[in-house]
Amino acid sequence: MTTRYTVDHEYIRLDGAEAVVGITPYAQEQLGDIVYVELPSVGQAVKKGDEAAVVESVKAASEIYAPASGTVVAVNDRLSGEPGLINLDPEAGGWIFKLRLDDASELEALMDADAYAAHTA
Amino acid sequence: MRYLPHSDAERADMLALIGGPDADALFSAVPSDLLLRQPPALPAHSPEFSVEARMRALSARNHAAGDGPFFIGAGAYRHHVPATVDHLIQRSEWLTAYTPYQPEISQGTLQMLFEFQTQVANLTGMEVANASLYDGSTATAEAVLMARRLTRRNRILLSGGLHPHYRDVVRTYLGDDDDLICLPASPVGQGDILSRLDDKTAAIVIQTPDFFGHLRDLKAAADAIHAVGGLLIVVVTEVVSLGLLEAPGALGADIVVAEGQSLGNALNFGGPYVGLMATRKSFIRQMPGRLCGETVDAEGQRGFVLTLSTREQHIRREKATSNICTNSGLCALAFTIHLSLLGEAGLVRLARLNHARAGALADALAAIPGVTLLNRTFFNEMTIRIGRPAAPVVEALARRGILAGVPASRLLPGEPEVDDLIILAATELTSSEDIAALSAALAEELK
Amino acid sequence: MSMNTQGRPTGIGSGGAGGNGSSMLPNEPLLFEIGDREHSGVDLPEVEIVTDRLGGFDRASALDLPGLTEPEAMRHYVRLSRLNHSIDSGMYPLGSCTMKHNPRLNEKMARLPGFADIHPLQPVSTVQGALQLMEELSHWLMTLTGTAAVALSPKAGAHGELCGMMAIKAAHEARGQAHRTVVLVPESAHGTNPATAAFLGYSVKPIPARADGTVDASAVVAALSPDVAAIMLTNPNTCGLFEPQIREIAAAVHEAGAYFYCDGANFNAIMGVVRPGDLGIDAMHINLHKTFSTPHGGGGPGAGPVVLSEALAPFAPVPFVRKAGDGLELVEHPQETALGRITAFHGQMGMYVRALTYMLSHGGDGLAQAARDAVLNANYIRARLADVFSLPFPDYPAMHEVLFDDSFLEGSGVSTLDFAKALIDEGFHPMTMYFPLVVHGAMLIEPTESESRQTLDHFCDVMLDLARSAKAGDKERFTAAPTRAPRRRLDETRAARTPRLTWSPPEDLPQAAE
Repeated sequence: MTTRYTVDHEYIRLDGAEAVVGITPYAQEQLGDIVYVELPSVGQAVKKGDEAAVVESVKAASEIYAPASGTVVAVNDRLSGEPGLINLDPEAGGWIFKLRLDDASELEALMDADAYAAHTA
Repeated sequence: MRYLPHSDAERADMLALIGGPDADALFSAVPSDLLLRQPPALPAHSPEFSVEARMRALSARNHAAGDGPFFIGAGAYRHHVPATVDHLIQRSEWLTAYTPYQPEISQGTLQMLFEFQTQVANLTGMEVANASLYDGSTATAEAVLMARRLTRRNRILLSGGLHPHYRDVVRTYLGDDDDLICLPASPVGQGDILSRLDDKTAAIVIQTPDFFGHLRDLKAAADAIHAVGGLLIVVVTEVVSLGLLEAPGALGADIVVAEGQSLGNALNFGGPYVGLMATRKSFIRQMPGRLCGETVDAEGQRGFVLTLSTREQHIRREKATSNICTNSGLCALAFTIHLSLLGEAGLVRLARLNHARAGALADALAAIPGVTLLNRTFFNEMTIRIGRPAAPVVEALARRGILAGVPASRLLPGEPEVDDLIILAATELTSSEDIAALSAALAEELK
Repeated sequence: MSMNTQGRPTGIGSGGAGGNGSSMLPNEPLLFEIGDREHSGVDLPEVEIVTDRLGGFDRASALDLPGLTEPEAMRHYVRLSRLNHSIDSGMYPLGSCTMKHNPRLNEKMARLPGFADIHPLQPVSTVQGALQLMEELSHWLMTLTGTAAVALSPKAGAHGELCGMMAIKAAHEARGQAHRTVVLVPESAHGTNPATAAFLGYSVKPIPARADGTVDASAVVAALSPDVAAIMLTNPNTCGLFEPQIREIAAAVHEAGAYFYCDGANFNAIMGVVRPGDLGIDAMHINLHKTFSTPHGGGGPGAGPVVLSEALAPFAPVPFVRKAGDGLELVEHPQETALGRITAFHGQMGMYVRALTYMLSHGGDGLAQAARDAVLNANYIRARLADVFSLPFPDYPAMHEVLFDDSFLEGSGVSTLDFAKALIDEGFHPMTMYFPLVVHGAMLIEPTESESRQTLDHFCDVMLDLARSAKAGDKERFTAAPTRAPRRRLDETRAARTPRLTWSPPEDLPQAAE
């Protein structure tokens, strides 16, 4: 399982043919309590860098950009009722959407865990 | 200068502490050739009594509605405002407070807004309402934009019974837009809006009572627009009618917008007024304007805050639902106090009284030779045809001291079929003597 | 009823002592908890309706509107009011909001029947005094700004901004320049500016701020292109500084065929001192509720007339007042090039009366003095606090407001928010926080001309004392604040996660049968 990170604090984790996208623990901490998540639609095609979702805290709204191009194959519906899952566990229960990637090699341009740790240091 | 606390000596002292050579030094970033060395060419300051005399002189040049028989409505209505309302809204803590961004010291305004939102929701039969918008016309334009966001469709149909100024405001907000279809004005209360719906239609906008006073069938409209997946926007310019008429929400409305002026607010020559907006709970993310919500404080006590503000311009900037910053707080306060004073029993009595006065007016007008009443249905407003250009007749009646309604041509110029129409309203303030005076004078003018 | 561990009732309708424990500030139950559907504070006759003309559209659903008798209403709204801070009760140093004194003569004049009790659609022959008032107000606004025209009807500042940008768009379209689709907006701008531009379909191109807090004319020049429709600039800007290169910016914008929209939110600093028209602006809204003392009313109604240059004057919205013979007329229908209508009637007449009353009271001389005093007061606060608070932009004098950042709090564990909440316990409304976004932890303080030296000194003493406390590690004073307000800090996360926007009967009580 490979996890990669963007400079905008999204993570993307390859899981077989699909990739799970969410925001990093660092990002959720910066945003504070998440109160609302605007999810993409299943079947929606996104290009790398497109705005795919929005997470809102009380005082801020942040766009979530697609870390890679692909098709949305699943969204985390639980976030509609429990947006706080992103705060509790951003990398597991707080995932946002899943992509079927057009080209898995796009991930190579993103940061690995060490590089991301240095980015947020 | 009675509003400026400093003496010249204090100014000099303060400047010395700041360390500037003179007062102009504080304006050093202003291009020096543009700095005005003399006060602008305007009258100098005046004592309170002089200002008052000047303003009274201007005021005296207007014919106030209370000076004689008065029958003008068309989107703004003259109702009695209880003395308590005007006293309360002038309290310092209401009048001179800012937007309640610091909830710990703004619970008065916040709780009032929460109560206001609930009243508006109950009155319109909707699930939620916002904390108010500028007025009914801008609220209508905002509702149209909201319907486009919700449906991701573009076509908007405006009923021919919509107030022409409201139609014009929607046009201005949407700019040149082929998907905005304004149906021709329909003084007899019919329209073919429901035959024009298709699966590209985002919303239809229907006013009831309409601009000419007719009551419109909201249920039929809701069924038709919902069948094609669009939304019904209902506009109410006379909220007192809701005391007697079925709630738009109970008939299938998706967004209800209204002009709230009738409750608590004077005519004020057109403003400030208060726009109401209510909708379904599932649509709140796309609703513009401020919202107040209930929560608790650090000790668990109930309290209120402005909430869901991420929809608004100060956070979303170019992605905001609207550029609106403000609501119409003090007018909303006047509205909510008046409605609390009325209560359900009082509002129903007020609405019945309006309908009864309007019935008396309609009967009197219909009895005048040469006058045709166009309404089979109405609440407190109606349209008559007088068989000759209406504007000069209304002018002539004004010279007799009677403000006899609005010639339709004033709002619909260049439409010959409305040239001989007058729109008139009655309220609880319309007396039998007023109606008799109008009838006699109109009959004479039409001889 | 649920009780917390202190034994303080917290249930709905508890009506017990407030968070400050003072019996002078009781909790006030909701209208829906004290009202009754049969109570009414208005006596109205019960009438018989002989034939109804409702066509069968009568109400069948419940209204659910509680009523209050007059004494009950008086007490409910007086008690609620006492939970608010207000200008009349204490200083309100909110940057960019201009919370100045609201004279009561304004209120008295606005209630004269000749202004309050006239209908917008009366024959114009019966409202000549009202039209003359609008004409006079226009004259004052044009004289103070050095501009050629004014559109009075916008209902608030953001509405005025929308109106001004619509006029710019209409002007470009009329002049065959519809391809201009970009609006330049400095990063320090208020959020309405980009929201307004985007609303009209423009794409927003941000202009970075210079290190000294002002806009760099060369950055504007670099961003200009044949696609640019306008620049939206606030002057004095949101950092409280007068833009020193504003003339160069205006010249470059005009050279490129674009228009200069100025956000007039901060006009209070310069009225009667410098005329925006002389600086080269094409359109600017004026917040009558800021600069000209009409009350803020707990969040409106405002009023936002827009002044326009000669080039934009033909694109003003209807209605407007025009001389006709020996009287005045109201032009209500769009001519060939006019913008159309942006609100149902003639705008905020009630606010025009208040603003003109204020202008006549102050006079041209007094307005200039008011601007100079507002600037003096802001610089006085800056001078008194500068040694302790951190000033991000020290190069220019402040205008009517002074901006600090939060670097003086570094290491104290106290945030800008905590600091502001502690001011509440000292009897002041907090300053504007976290705006503008160009500095970290912004604190924007605008005293206005209404504050006496004594009040300013008291405010500065409190600010210095709070700063000392923060630096000395008395974190509790800040993180627990406010403790002396009607409520402690409120849980905004809970409000946003599970929005409760209207009252409904408590679930645990038996429901009345529908």
